[in-house]
Amino acid sequence: MKFFELFYKYLPTYLDAMVITVEVTLMSLAIATILGIIFCLFKLSKFKVLQFLSDTYLSIIRGTPLVVQILFIFFGLPMAFGFKWQIMVVSVVILSLNAGAYMTELIRGGIEAVDKGQMEAARSLGLSYGQAMRKIVLPQAVRTMLPSIINQFIVTLKDSSLLSFFGLRELVQNTRIIVSNNMEYFIMYAIVGIYYWVIVSILTAAAKMIEKRTTYGK
Amino acid sequence: MASKIIVKNLIKSFGKLEVLKDVSTEIEEGEVVVVIGPSGSGKSTFLRCLNCLEEINGGTIIVDGYDLTDKKTDLNKVRQNIGMVFQHFNLFPHKTVKENIMLAPLTLKTMSREEASQKADELLRQVGLSDKTNIYPAQLSGGQKQRVAIARSLAMNPDVMLFDEPTSALDPEMVGEVLNVMKDLVRMGMTMVVVTHEMGFAREVGDRILFMDGGYIVEEGTPDQLLNHAREPRTIDFLSKVL
Repeated sequence: MKFFELFYKYLPTYLDAMVITVEVTLMSLAIATILGIIFCLFKLSKFKVLQFLSDTYLSIIRGTPLVVQILFIFFGLPMAFGFKWQIMVVSVVILSLNAGAYMTELIRGGIEAVDKGQMEAARSLGLSYGQAMRKIVLPQAVRTMLPSIINQFIVTLKDSSLLSFFGLRELVQNTRIIVSNNMEYFIMYAIVGIYYWVIVSILTAAAKMIEKRTTYGK
Repeated sequence: MASKIIVKNLIKSFGKLEVLKDVSTEIEEGEVVVVIGPSGSGKSTFLRCLNCLEEINGGTIIVDGYDLTDKKTDLNKVRQNIGMVFQHFNLFPHKTVKENIMLAPLTLKTMSREEASQKADELLRQVGLSDKTNIYPAQLSGGQKQRVAIARSLAMNPDVMLFDEPTSALDPEMVGEVLNVMKDLVRMGMTMVVVTHEMGFAREVGDRILFMDGGYIVEEGTPDQLLNHAREPRTIDFLSKVL
């Protein structure tokens, strides 16, 4: 069958593209997590300036489409400031800035979901705010956040397909190059869809498993 | 006898709502003070001010000679000597019973791991839960949870214990086991401040009862004075409803 023929023929290029997709996604998510923690602390802090910074960042990222962010950062910034992006670097910059905003909200939600009594009990024993956060609040917050973090991973993974805009050879760009040679639009776009579907399904299953294990001793 | 806790003209408000209007009292070493009053009277807030879980808006609180309103006072240090037991237990769900008890001494480095472990075993024996050492709080009944919570506070060797309605969230048949553990503490000479609705407990072990209403201590005295010979109309009215 033609489908399998094409599938096997292009398998090596897809494996390379998959590595790039996953690599960009993982790096972006790692940086986004750090951004998320920083901006979440900004938002929870007493200083109005930091709160304002955090609010502005969230508002800009959530108020504009990812495509506009990509076009602005990839084409706009180099033109205004006269430099050239390295393609892997700009990919990670764009996705981590974008995911960072969503991670901020996610982390804040996780911390706020922990019962206030936990912090109080820890403080009443003599623990400092930082010790109580590290030992008591964050470990519980992370458990409730894990499924949503995996969900954000899925979203960022799919968003990375938009990086084909400027030629990063991830799954979609790889397909576009192949299609421009063999004209097999129907089969090739089905194949790339399957690749995404398989990765996302595995992650979804993982999220479900973790969700089940978030209660202790039950 | 030395005053363990001195409260002078304490004022606390949440936004515009003034919960404690002018509260003054002294609590002596080894004294068991029971605080009663209708809900919304400020009794829990009063208790929470004693270890600065609530930031106070006016007046002073001196515990063990440390002025809690002084910015230079290390509150974390002061809190190590004041145990607190909550209505909803607030056990750490991600830690086993023993880990709950060992957490503070280990984090604050007041004991070695071995000492903390020994202390935890000892405390669990004291509250009658030696068989629950390695399970998680979710598997305990309410009464057992509260007994673990008491053991957890005792692990820091506090010399004052605060109880914030420790039996209010319990099924009736479990109230006794928690009160018994508290009575043991009274016998050991622990200084205790207990907010509760358990009048029997107040009568039996309280040295003094404070009746609070509307943000003030309306009346105080020995259990006999307050429960049998109350003078203030508000106290009499309240007691007629709960006794």
